[in-house]
Amino acid sequence: MRPPSGMVDLGTEVAGVRLRNPTMLASGFLDETGGSLLRVYRAGAGAVVTKSIGPEPREGYPNPTIVELDAGLLNAVGLPNPGIAEFEREVRVALNGKAVVIGSVYGKDAAEYASVAAKMAQSGVAAIELNLSCPHAKGLGTEIAQSEEAVREFTKAVKDAVDVPVFPKLSPNVSDIASFAVAAERAGADGIVAINTVKAMAIAPDLKMPILANRYGGLSGPAIRPIGVRAVYDIYEKVGIPVIGVGGVDSGRAALEYIMAGARAVQVGTALVSQGLSAFERITKEMASVLEEVGFKSVEEAVGVAHG
Amino acid sequence: MGKIQIVPLLEVVRESHHTNTYRFRADFGGAPGQFVMVWIPRQDELPMALSYLGPVKGITVHAYGDATKALMDFQPGDRIGVRGPYGNTFRLEGEKVLAVAGGTGMASIIAAIEAFAQQGAAVATAVGARTAAELLFVDRASASGEVHVATDDGSRGFSGFVPALAEKLLDKHTFDQVITCGPERMMKMVYDSAAKRGLKTQVSLERYMKCGIGICDACVLDDRLVCVDGPVFSGEQLAASEDFGAWRRDKSGRRVPI
Repeated sequence: MRPPSGMVDLGTEVAGVRLRNPTMLASGFLDETGGSLLRVYRAGAGAVVTKSIGPEPREGYPNPTIVELDAGLLNAVGLPNPGIAEFEREVRVALNGKAVVIGSVYGKDAAEYASVAAKMAQSGVAAIELNLSCPHAKGLGTEIAQSEEAVREFTKAVKDAVDVPVFPKLSPNVSDIASFAVAAERAGADGIVAINTVKAMAIAPDLKMPILANRYGGLSGPAIRPIGVRAVYDIYEKVGIPVIGVGGVDSGRAALEYIMAGARAVQVGTALVSQGLSAFERITKEMASVLEEVGFKSVEEAVGVAHG
Repeated sequence: MGKIQIVPLLEVVRESHHTNTYRFRADFGGAPGQFVMVWIPRQDELPMALSYLGPVKGITVHAYGDATKALMDFQPGDRIGVRGPYGNTFRLEGEKVLAVAGGTGMASIIAAIEAFAQQGAAVATAVGARTAAELLFVDRASASGEVHVATDDGSRGFSGFVPALAEKLLDKHTFDQVITCGPERMMKMVYDSAAKRGLKTQVSLERYMKCGIGICDACVLDDRLVCVDGPVFSGEQLAASEDFGAWRRDKSGRRVPI
């Protein structure tokens, strides 16, 4: 029987983290300060993921760091962050406002990942996201994401250091992303976030040079959604842990592509550029109405149904 | 979205020994108070207020860092990248307006001064600079209303800081709106002067920015973003601010004193 209007349950749970709805703020967007994290949560996100935080303050790359494109955003911001010691204050601001916060961390080796993650966990976050795949920070991320052994090693080191769930975020810039998800699961990961940005470049013909100061960047937005949906579909077939889908979620239907591919939650980033913070409310409303139309009573019922 | 446009400079005007105006055509609009992200190739990309609106736009830039110093050598025909316009605008409310500008802040406010005058408001401008040769757009402001000048060294007009001149003008005349742009501590003084008289204020703020489009969180003021919620903030918005006049974020996101 079809549920009456407005009765679709959007609540979900990822590795024990309860969410009022399946949307999360993606790392890298409006998430360097407690005030912004809280504002996004209050705008309707089910959880907010912080900017990727490392052991020390880092300024990131010089500008230009972003290029606006037709169907997405190219960025090479270069992991700017105030360092974990300073960032604890920002997490506190968001937690005091009752936000569900997931702390994203990076490091240069297993010990650094583990120590930053331990401090992040102490600040009270609900889970840790491992940025294993930032494709444009020199010496950080890329190499890590492109070796299954490193994914295993860093996931295990962080798992041993914290008591909260750990979600490695995987790069799509590999030939078989599902095998990386399997490596993470074997190392104890509690969930998988897929995908990070797709390595890309934009050139200004009039100036005969790449626009980004870093030359290379990561592409996000609707342009990469089919890549992300395929990655989640593949990962869902190979692992038993929950998957969080990210890449071009800008509507309820886009979110449901990920859910039906197997994601239990989705992350939203680039859509905020064109839609502002109302994106969260718009996405969750459309999810509820489409789910109702196709005969689901809850979002959880729809997880993975595209596998038939 | 604001796609980057690579445009040739049409004209470069020397305003003072450290400040130039660069004119260019771009395929987008622009309203008083809005800004553009300007790519100085091989150097940097920076937020800059539109000092001229209309088909041939302009930015007026004080050379204070490596990129803006490199820009000083650009000639007509040299290309820059521009994207925008970004941010909100000055609201053209009020019949008797006092505009208070310090240094290059005049570049952010001159288009509003002209727009207020055009719609019939009486606009008085208090403009300050370190020395007479560094005063910006006195002629343009004079065409829109009376102008009062302050210089730190007394080389022209009132000898002292422009907030002190503004305080005198607020004592002597009746205004119903104060708009201001300049160094943030200067603006805080102007805001305080206006607030204690119960006057409506609009303040145009400046912060370090990476994106200009509301994602990087570098330009945060409390929980607002200078790039999309500003750069123009009302006195009411700033009344409860912890950051205004006191704190900003550095490139790594650390909260540091202004």
